[in-house]
Amino acid sequence: MPDPLLVDLSRLQFALTAMYHFLFVPLTLGLSILVAMMETVYVMTGKQVWREMTKFWGTLFGINFALGVATGITMEFQFGMNWAFYSHYVGDVFGAPLAIEGLMAFFLEATFVGLFFFGWDKMRPQTHLVATWLMALGTNFSALWILIANGWMQNPVGAAFNPDTMRMEVTDFMAVLFNPVAQAKFVHTVSAGYVTGAVFVLAVSAYYLLRGQHTALAQRSFVVASAFGVASALSVIVLGDESGYAVTDHQKMKLAAMESMWHTEEAPAPFTAIGIPDMEARKTHFAVEIPFVMGIIGTRSFDTEIPGILELVDTAEERVRRGLVAYQALEDFKADRSNMEAKELFLATRDDLGYAQLLRQFRADPLEADDEDIRAAAWSTVPSVPSLFFSFRLMVLAGGLLLVLFVLSFWYTMQERMPPRWLLTAALWSLPIPWIAMEVGWFVAEYGRQPWVIEGVLPTFLAASNLTLSDILITITGFTLVYGFFAVIEVRLMLLAIAKGPKVLDHLGEILPGIGQEHGKDRVTTASPAPAE
Amino acid sequence: MFELLFSYEVLRLLWWVLLGVLLIGFAIADGFDMGAAALLPLVAKTDDEKRVVINTVGPVWEGNQVWFILGGGAIFAAWPALYAVSFSGFYLAMFLVLAMLIVRPVAFKYRSKRESTVWRRNWDLAITVSGLVPPVIFGVAMGNALIGVPFTFDNDLRPDYQGGLFGLLNAPALLCGFVSLAMIIAQGAAWLQLKADHVIAERARVIGGHTAIAGAILFAIGGLLVAGGLLGGYALQTVPDYSGPSFPLSKEVLPSTNAWLSNYGRAPILLLAPALGIGGMLIAALGFRLKRTVMTFMATSTSILGIIGTVGVSMFPFILPSSLDPNHSLMVFDASSSQATLRNMLVATMIFLPLILLYTAWVYKILFGRITLDDLHAAEHTY
Repeated sequence: MPDPLLVDLSRLQFALTAMYHFLFVPLTLGLSILVAMMETVYVMTGKQVWREMTKFWGTLFGINFALGVATGITMEFQFGMNWAFYSHYVGDVFGAPLAIEGLMAFFLEATFVGLFFFGWDKMRPQTHLVATWLMALGTNFSALWILIANGWMQNPVGAAFNPDTMRMEVTDFMAVLFNPVAQAKFVHTVSAGYVTGAVFVLAVSAYYLLRGQHTALAQRSFVVASAFGVASALSVIVLGDESGYAVTDHQKMKLAAMESMWHTEEAPAPFTAIGIPDMEARKTHFAVEIPFVMGIIGTRSFDTEIPGILELVDTAEERVRRGLVAYQALEDFKADRSNMEAKELFLATRDDLGYAQLLRQFRADPLEADDEDIRAAAWSTVPSVPSLFFSFRLMVLAGGLLLVLFVLSFWYTMQERMPPRWLLTAALWSLPIPWIAMEVGWFVAEYGRQPWVIEGVLPTFLAASNLTLSDILITITGFTLVYGFFAVIEVRLMLLAIAKGPKVLDHLGEILPGIGQEHGKDRVTTASPAPAE
Repeated sequence: MFELLFSYEVLRLLWWVLLGVLLIGFAIADGFDMGAAALLPLVAKTDDEKRVVINTVGPVWEGNQVWFILGGGAIFAAWPALYAVSFSGFYLAMFLVLAMLIVRPVAFKYRSKRESTVWRRNWDLAITVSGLVPPVIFGVAMGNALIGVPFTFDNDLRPDYQGGLFGLLNAPALLCGFVSLAMIIAQGAAWLQLKADHVIAERARVIGGHTAIAGAILFAIGGLLVAGGLLGGYALQTVPDYSGPSFPLSKEVLPSTNAWLSNYGRAPILLLAPALGIGGMLIAALGFRLKRTVMTFMATSTSILGIIGTVGVSMFPFILPSSLDPNHSLMVFDASSSQATLRNMLVATMIFLPLILLYTAWVYKILFGRITLDDLHAAEHTY
């Protein structure tokens, strides 16, 4: 078993690099579609302003895309580097979606992104549009395969432990592909990416409108972003990923922890709007409950019970005990690979093997575990309730705020009215909100998965590589320095590109950049709908 | 027919070939980017010339880099034991490669976004270093794979690697690093000769000619080291079961000088691989001299195929021998994924790899032509 400190550092590094990577991914997802939609309007109408919009947002997309690609490489390689036991244990199942992502999605996205930028003068507009859509399609397919891989970590369907090879192997590939948790995650995550793209375009457009710059571009972008934003925000909320929470024991545990629901409540369970979860006392102080809501959201029904944490711990305890039978049988088979009796027994009990592995944090040999160890192992399946409880609420709050922002923006644009300054200011300051929602959302999903790296199959503390402390310290420091440096550069380049603005279209009535702000302000308040083309 | 194709032994052999295809695809495609990047200070003097060099790879590096990512994903999916052992074993070397592959695209993208000379000079340095370092590391890693790597498994099949970054830096492995570097520089020079403005192409041509000769000589020395037993050699003592479960602890292997040459005795046709390696470099040297741009690029690419192919066929059926306990070595028949996964992955590859080659070819066709100094100012989007 690897040293717990090394496991913690490997987890820290994974969290840092994954969350950093995910600063860029959602914007890539959202902007690729928005840019493709703008270019479609250009090709259909032939209006130059839409071409310039495509190129302007495309430039910002490009700055973001470079870092998304670069930091994605780390993700693909880190499993092997820091999680060697994990990689061998589940590579047969987990590796395939990652490889197919490369084949089907990433190649498409990365090949056509070159044409998107360099192909403007080399192709007919229609052909270029096809390249742009293929790039956007690749980006979205990419998310699909990654989330199939991630969904399998949360709900490891279609696979079983093979004692002949000492690892998990696929038994039903279709079940892996159509994993309900993966499907729910895909819709939720991709929609959240669209929201991020929409907020980004909305905020930058609002900035221009407030300053009276590039109004032709900014007004149209504002309209596109608010319409796209309303649809995406509704999709994130309505198709939220809670539909995947009824599927497995640990998903139920995660849900109960998010809700700080210690006991099974009568269906439909109430939703705890706010409160202070207490891990020691195993209760929630000052809970403000809204009746029925949780049961309806969590189960989509009025009569299905949602189990509470204490009941789920009891279930886990039973599984640890059953797992010990599997563990013993596997040990017997390892000692004598011709012992068919042990193999048969193992095959009959292997679904609980992972639960016996939980004992290894207390005992080098789980077979020596006493009742106290078993109880402790069962309790170790409870993730940190307060962290999940508050992160989840922060995410929901962020999502709600963004929906309000989009609805208001959309309402004004539908009236063909210039959005009022307060709304533009609000749109501008909303820029960080989707990133906050995204990062805490991932935190809920992955921190809530603990103590498992693969739910019910492999505990995180077993999954890490045998590395040295200096190895990990060097790479954590290295990643932090390189990533920190790039973050600063990326933001500066974004700001530079935004300050520079799109190419000026004076013949279309667009004002030149740098010509007084007063003139611009005047234009905002009296702005007519889009200037004539 | 599918029954035979999808039998476990055929699947394992095919995935061994595909592992090679991915590594070769990566070395050919990303190789010319890395080579061009490494050559930046030598072939380009002015700022505009540097921009020409960067813009020859500008539209295609993203696609090329996917070969690397796909390679990682395919090893994970098809050879999980290899992925687990080598990536954690070569930990700091992998980190260096990652750092370089992260810095390089960002440098391409960001370098010309500001006018400042200092800004551009720093990014130029980053581009050069990130083109130089990965080929050396890949070559050194290949050399160590030949020699054998100090790892074992426990009875849970948890890999344990004994030896750090500096353990990789022995003289024979370093020679492999230089073979790899020469190969990539020649590939980059051939690319610039084909795609860059004539001023740059001419400088690349001269450097490429020397590098190709050096590459051929270094590769030949590598062959001598193998013959002398300095680049490893292991022999399988038990009869392999190509349809058996992937359990790498149930065979016997002994170190054996000259074992890496034994496959050539059994199947002399395999000598084609080293012949392509050396022949490709020599024809490339000739091509540089005669200014035959397309021929040169084909020759350097063929040489890459030959050199990586040589390593593969010399070691077969070994994938990664263990120097610490040779019985734990990873073999074609005991380090793969399950039959179902290899089959699913093969179906996916048969569908998507032809598509990838097709649209990549289409993109290169659209981008056909030399990038000249004038193009920089005429085109709307350049790096």
